[in-house]
Amino acid sequence: MTPQPVDPAVELRGITKRFPGTLANDSVDLTVQRGEIHALMGENGAGKSTLMSILYGMERADAGSIRIDGREVTFGDPSAAMAAGLGMVHQSFKLFDSLTVAENVVYAAEPRRFGLVDRAAARRRVRELAEEHGLAVDPDARVGELPVGLRQRVEILKLLHRGARTLILDEPTAVLTPAEADALFAVLKSLAAQGRTVILVTHKLREVLEGSDNVTVLRDGRVVARLVTAETSADEIAAAMTGRAVELDRVHAPGTPGDVVLDVRDLTTDAVHDVGITVHAGEIVGIAGVAGNGQSELIEALAGLRPVASGQVSLKGRDITHASATERRAQGLAYVPEDRHAVGTAPAASVAENLAMGHHRTSLSSKGLLPPASVRAHAGRLIERFGIKAANPEVPASALSGGNLQKLLIGRELAHEAPLLLVEQPTRGVDIGAIQNIHDQIVAYRDAGHAVLLVSAELSEIRGLADRVLVMYEGRVTATYTKDEADERALGLAMAGGAVAPTEAVD
Amino acid sequence: MFFDSDLLMSALRALTPILLAALGGALCERAGVFNIGLEGMMLMGCFTSVATSWFTGSAWLGVLAAALAAAAYSLILAVGAVTLRGDAVVLGIAMNLLAVGLTSFLLRTVFGVQGTFDDPSLAGLPLIGGFTPLAYLAFVAVAVAAVMLSRSVWGLRLRGVGEAPDAAATLGVSPAKYKYAAVLISGVLCGLAGAQLALGNVTLFSENMTAGRGWIAVVAVMLGRAAPVGVLLAALLFGLAEAAGFRLQGVGLPQQATDAAPYVVTLVALFLSTARRRRRTANSPSGATT
Repeated sequence: MTPQPVDPAVELRGITKRFPGTLANDSVDLTVQRGEIHALMGENGAGKSTLMSILYGMERADAGSIRIDGREVTFGDPSAAMAAGLGMVHQSFKLFDSLTVAENVVYAAEPRRFGLVDRAAARRRVRELAEEHGLAVDPDARVGELPVGLRQRVEILKLLHRGARTLILDEPTAVLTPAEADALFAVLKSLAAQGRTVILVTHKLREVLEGSDNVTVLRDGRVVARLVTAETSADEIAAAMTGRAVELDRVHAPGTPGDVVLDVRDLTTDAVHDVGITVHAGEIVGIAGVAGNGQSELIEALAGLRPVASGQVSLKGRDITHASATERRAQGLAYVPEDRHAVGTAPAASVAENLAMGHHRTSLSSKGLLPPASVRAHAGRLIERFGIKAANPEVPASALSGGNLQKLLIGRELAHEAPLLLVEQPTRGVDIGAIQNIHDQIVAYRDAGHAVLLVSAELSEIRGLADRVLVMYEGRVTATYTKDEADERALGLAMAGGAVAPTEAVD
Repeated sequence: MFFDSDLLMSALRALTPILLAALGGALCERAGVFNIGLEGMMLMGCFTSVATSWFTGSAWLGVLAAALAAAAYSLILAVGAVTLRGDAVVLGIAMNLLAVGLTSFLLRTVFGVQGTFDDPSLAGLPLIGGFTPLAYLAFVAVAVAAVMLSRSVWGLRLRGVGEAPDAAATLGVSPAKYKYAAVLISGVLCGLAGAQLALGNVTLFSENMTAGRGWIAVVAVMLGRAAPVGVLLAALLFGLAEAAGFRLQGVGLPQQATDAAPYVVTLVALFLSTARRRRRTANSPSGATT
């Protein structure tokens, strides 16, 4: 680096923010040079979001100063931050679904003609910006009908239309497919090359290593590391984030498969075609694939939540093709759904109640009643065993962090000791520390002689856990790999639809 | 001849108050405020217009007072639902009930009569070509609302506020401001609707004289998908039903049956539109990922 007397794009000094009971930011310094992609990393609750809210005028710091291009500023609200050239893409997009792309982009900064919105100019503006930055999107499309990757483009176009020179992206890849994420990073790199500045708030190591110039790591509200991406490693960042050495991408030892537990033949639903899978006791079968290729539908069909058009599903030799979800559970199936907030748990119910769900039919029920003492004792056991961090078992599940909610869900399902576990995206949005714990639990479950069918969008997760890997593409199983064959390149190719011919599964 | 120009004329007269109120309701809907207080706001307009016209001798002052009174009354919804974040449905129902009680009470205390107040010297609205000026205004309002909503900066921002207030707020647009504006405009339009009903269609005030027209306007908003032209078509349907009801009375059907015509049409229309919408949602590709 050459020391130049250029003012940094963003300079935060001594930012301190106290919430009742916690010190969210403790004298945080953050310097971001113009033209760089700067990753701000940390686990959930490390203070990243608070820091960005302060920078963007949504929260007020208790102490500290903000300089933009060398000038000291105080932002009362996001509009003021926007006027100073900042722009933020929130994790949950702030878009108007029923409006067109062009309307979304120009909203509150409309080109006008005779007092009306100049729609032709708005369209032209979107096309120009899209072309200039490689963000192709149809200006007349309704935003609600666009896939997530394109919606994110609309968010970025919105900021560029307002002349944002510094873009803050909060967990931008959480909802993207790997291909969409790659496309996003190409765009961000070209924006940086033009002299714009990008602040990337994330906890995904891979994309930080591939896409950023510098990294600032927060832990417990404090800056614990400032790293140059080219000179660091995933292990070093992970250690800084968690405060201890973390073994990343650990590949677990293979299991010892026993009898067939789940046998799926020629299963066809609305989005799944002729899928055949066998899962043995003591085996983890992983299903890889880009989101939207039928994995969710397959698991839903197996869990009894989606009608089967044809084919056969048997669990331990019993035909359950058309059994209800309840019957399947009674036959020995446990299920960790992908959407832990809407499907997996009841956010308003207490932690204890959530842990009792499902078990209310079996172990906890006494003469048709649920004795509160049993529910409490059951909750206490699972909280202890799975290390769920909750203030107490009576707080609502919505008060838990994402990682703890997932531990609750996985703990509850594992506690069924069912012969078959269906588990979808077990570590999406979960902290690195918790990921390890969840992986260990799933492997231990397998080693206890249970069958596990795992769906994950994280290749490293599939490779680390699965004894066999199937790849789904457009509703079909297009490839099968053993643990040794399943390298990242082969899987990536198959996920993109490039598998030559499906190899025969070894039963 | 059952369908003739007379029927159309009487349909247009019947639709005017519904259309004015429904336009206001549509604006609220677009701004994200579910306004079912149209009935009550309209009834306040009816009473205020008659009382003002009676005491000043001017129907036009009656119209003006009705607009102002209903707008003031609409503040209950604006303050309650927007500022205090109350439930708009509960507030709307309360406003409708309060309006019936309040106007009946005022009828007794101001005019000393019960049930109905009418007097040959009560000034009504003039007719131009068989219609009051408010009827023409209603059609102009449809065009203005259509252009404002779809083309103006204000309309774009209002639609955005109604759809995603958070998103609008992050872009520096105050959702509350736009919601207040929509509710107040609906108040003015309902005031005009009430004046049309009490000084145009008839020249009198009687207790609960809106008789569900505000509710029909709510249905017109849903049926017309809160778009001004759609609302116009829905209001036309109800106007025709009401006019046809009168006509059927002439044919000898009992009045109870014919009076029910607009409400029967409302039910059928609602039923058909929900059924159609449900079928459409069922056919659309399911969003697997969110």
